[in-house]
Amino acid sequence: MGPLIPQGIITGQWDFVIALLIGTAFGFILESSGFSSSRNIAGVFYGYNFVVLRVFFTAMIVAMVGLLYFNYLGWIEMDMVFVLPTYLAPMILGGFIMGLGFVIGGFCPGTSYTACAIGKLDGFAFLGGFIIGVFIFAEAFPLFENFYYSGYMGNITIGEVFNISNELVTFIFVIVAIVAFYVTWLIEKKVRKNRTESKFE
Amino acid sequence: MKKNSNITKGPRYINPYFGGILLGLLLLATFYIAGRGLSASGAAKLSVVTIIDKIAPAHAEGNAYYDKFIPTDDSSPLFNWLIFGAIGTFFGGMLSGGIYGRLKKLRIEHSPNITGKTRMIAAVVGGMLFGIGSQFGRGCSSGAALSGTASLSFGGLLVMALMFGIGYVFAYFFRKLWI
Repeated sequence: MGPLIPQGIITGQWDFVIALLIGTAFGFILESSGFSSSRNIAGVFYGYNFVVLRVFFTAMIVAMVGLLYFNYLGWIEMDMVFVLPTYLAPMILGGFIMGLGFVIGGFCPGTSYTACAIGKLDGFAFLGGFIIGVFIFAEAFPLFENFYYSGYMGNITIGEVFNISNELVTFIFVIVAIVAFYVTWLIEKKVRKNRTESKFE
Repeated sequence: MKKNSNITKGPRYINPYFGGILLGLLLLATFYIAGRGLSASGAAKLSVVTIIDKIAPAHAEGNAYYDKFIPTDDSSPLFNWLIFGAIGTFFGGMLSGGIYGRLKKLRIEHSPNITGKTRMIAAVVGGMLFGIGSQFGRGCSSGAALSGTASLSFGGLLVMALMFGIGYVFAYFFRKLWI
């Protein structure tokens, strides 16, 4: 059966309609969860609001477990599902830079779209900065082209790296998520005692 | 008493676990339909490519990075799945903001300890870093960290762990922006 578009079950003409619908649902979920506010998002780093961790980890384990069952039931051809390729050193650097950008800017690209959508100028500022950043990267690209393509490991999965099954990897993620939900709930309760506000819009 | 008034007047958001389940199901559906996950940064990147390709086509084609994303059949880089997804994300956010009463006039949201100007500068700097980092990381929080890790990509896990981990490492230095 799935994935439908790569198998040609849904033809190319519908691509953009589907992308628009998926995007709309994505934006709706992000905004209604509280991600249009940078102060809600940054709470994850200061312990007063862990909404990012809750939404992110819940979504991740739901999708992971879902894919596992879809595969088990034969509903999806996992070989045709895109596994993001790994470029070791560049991705470590990229994650590092984005972490810094996250705690300074308080948004990531997706959440900044929803902030713009409800009229937040800081969302537009973040998006403008993002565009400048891509421009700087592209203009300077010849300087680090070799580095950009270095450390290529292919479309490798977590299970393959640690030599364990992907079922076990998923199970570990679920356990880690549940522990994280509980621990951050305790932290949040403690931090919120000393604050008058912890949720923003 | 103050606490109570905050609860009644507080922002209306859906339960984060419920939001997470919805987002997870959407991500699963996206994998099932498209064979790939959600993304956000790709659309902004393609916009940059398009602008440069319009202003200075020779420069764009001479640069190995822009050139990667310029279609060979002369169609616009904007005629792409990622762009339509981002347009949808914008309208989805607007729809939710409208329903929950957050769709208001233009404003800057910032902590009372900093000025609006400081917040705007921090947002631009943060955005710039994300713009650079997401190119090295092969995606942002959506494409690499969330969708990548959900499809069990090792690179996705790396990006996710570093993005949050480094955020915590530097949180102390930027605390004045937030608390």
